[in-house]
Amino acid sequence: MAERGFQISRLPGFATMAVAAFVLLYLPIVTLVIFSFNASNSVAVWGGFSLHWYGDAWANQAVKDATVRSLVIGVSASVLSTTLATLAALGTTRRRAYRGQTLIYVMINQPLMVPEVVTAVALMIFFGIIKVATGYQGLGYLIAAHTAFCIPFAYLPIRARLESMDLSLETAAADLYATPWQTFRRVTLPLLAPGIMAGAMLSFVISLDDVVITEFVKSGGQDTLPTYMLGQLRRAFTPEVNAISTMLLGVTVVLLTAFFLLTRKRD
Amino acid sequence: MGVSLADAVTISARNVVKAFGQGSGVVRALDDVSVDIRQGEFFTLLGPSGCGKTTLLRLIAGFEMPTEGTILLDGTDITTLPPNRRPVNTVFQSYALFPHLTVAQNISFGLEMLGKPASEVKARTAAMLALVKLEAMAGRKTSQLSGGQQQRVALARALAPQPKVLLLDEPLSALDLKLRKEMQIELKRLQLETGITFIFVTHDQEEALTMSDRIAVMSAGKIQQVGSAKDIYIHPKNRFVASFIGETNFLHGTAEAGAIRLATGERIDVPGLPAGGEATVSVRPEQVRLGLPSDGLKATVRTLVYFGTDTHCHLALADGTEVVARLQSPASGEAGLVEGQAVGIRFADGAVQRVED
Repeated sequence: MAERGFQISRLPGFATMAVAAFVLLYLPIVTLVIFSFNASNSVAVWGGFSLHWYGDAWANQAVKDATVRSLVIGVSASVLSTTLATLAALGTTRRRAYRGQTLIYVMINQPLMVPEVVTAVALMIFFGIIKVATGYQGLGYLIAAHTAFCIPFAYLPIRARLESMDLSLETAAADLYATPWQTFRRVTLPLLAPGIMAGAMLSFVISLDDVVITEFVKSGGQDTLPTYMLGQLRRAFTPEVNAISTMLLGVTVVLLTAFFLLTRKRD
Repeated sequence: MGVSLADAVTISARNVVKAFGQGSGVVRALDDVSVDIRQGEFFTLLGPSGCGKTTLLRLIAGFEMPTEGTILLDGTDITTLPPNRRPVNTVFQSYALFPHLTVAQNISFGLEMLGKPASEVKARTAAMLALVKLEAMAGRKTSQLSGGQQQRVALARALAPQPKVLLLDEPLSALDLKLRKEMQIELKRLQLETGITFIFVTHDQEEALTMSDRIAVMSAGKIQQVGSAKDIYIHPKNRFVASFIGETNFLHGTAEAGAIRLATGERIDVPGLPAGGEATVSVRPEQVRLGLPSDGLKATVRTLVYFGTDTHCHLALADGTEVVARLQSPASGEAGLVEGQAVGIRFADGAVQRVED
């Protein structure tokens, strides 16, 4: 009899555990989406179908302001972090192995390792000093903070793309009379574009979703969508929050789908 | 007195050393290599992997700088010139075609980088597509092509800017046998039609023998011998060359004037050999003749291996030294020999070549 390899699906109770895991993952989200269409103002008792919480959210000036702020911060942080991450990825992959490679890798990805609340407190104190010294109170602090923690999310897909790229393509371009800049412009950049797009989308989603750092760093009246929702929870809790969450979910799903389409391996 | 064009040197490597690594881990990939490659010739760098042949090619292309020595192109020092400023193009082992460009865009890449006018780029690209018979594929992405077609795009791309020298890094190794044979003929045709100097790197001795005007046999970072296919096959300079190119028998003995004396006490004529010391000679298996036991070196037939067109006869001399004779198989398929039979061995005229160790 042929020996069978270990198959996790043959473990007793595997199916039950798998179903339980998926239920736990998706049931709360499905519930949230369903109650965003609730006619009553309860987030737990169904009172019929209605779209009026979406209308309320749409008409709410505070929601509109928070949305615009989230988009401004998200787009700025995404563009800045992707640019920096592209440079970092080029600097760390386009050369022979060198001393301190791992240290630099760890330093670039620091935001993934340091507890977010620690970074948040540190930034709050640091920016507090700068605010006092300069008097500037604008969105710049939030954009800088978001850029910083978005860098690893932009860096990882770009680096992965660069590492899978055949280095001899750049050698071939140089062989065919391309200057280093022309090689970058005509060969490296076009081949890297899907990785850069993926990094930009992922960092935008990460920025859009951030609560902890934003909550600590923001000045008065600088609520983003997530911190606005957090603030709502402390007051009257209505399906308006469900409606906002559902829209945020929609945007995120669309962007993440695009991310996976861009990063999947092509044959 | 003028130098005839046929003998003009295109690439000249002078005392080139390339060392990799640091401290005690230094490896000399090239160890004092000097070679002249003539205008318009098909020159092959032949050797086993790790012999330095690809390193020499990369130095000529400008992808690496030599640790010591100089490289001249048409008499001009190009040792430190970056690759984009050398009129030298490469066909890479992996082809390295640009996956985001079409076949035609790949071919026109070099011409565009040289800043040629659009009309010339277009005309030259069309001419190159015709040269490699890929007109129908101009608009395709390179990933949609077969291995042989990709190979031809790589060739056309490298030839399009009309380089002075074309470098080919084992370009046929990824192809199957039939396609490889076709491409060998194709390459030779392209070289004759374009008149460009080809420097071809391979580890395949048959490929080297059939295609090259001259071959440099390399081993351990050094050039062992440079010469035509016939030169190298008939007059191998040393043991390495003799055994790397084709098969051979080595016989070792004491040098006497015009002969060597084997351990068995028998003598083999080696015209011109000075007396004194030890010497080794090489004899190709197809130059070994068998006769009656009374005729020549005494030997015994050990095994017979039938190869179709010929039969390999493994023989043992009186002291046990093995000698292989390649005999043309007779029509009946029987060589007229039996294992254990006593025979005499003679060598064809001029077949015994002294080799250095």
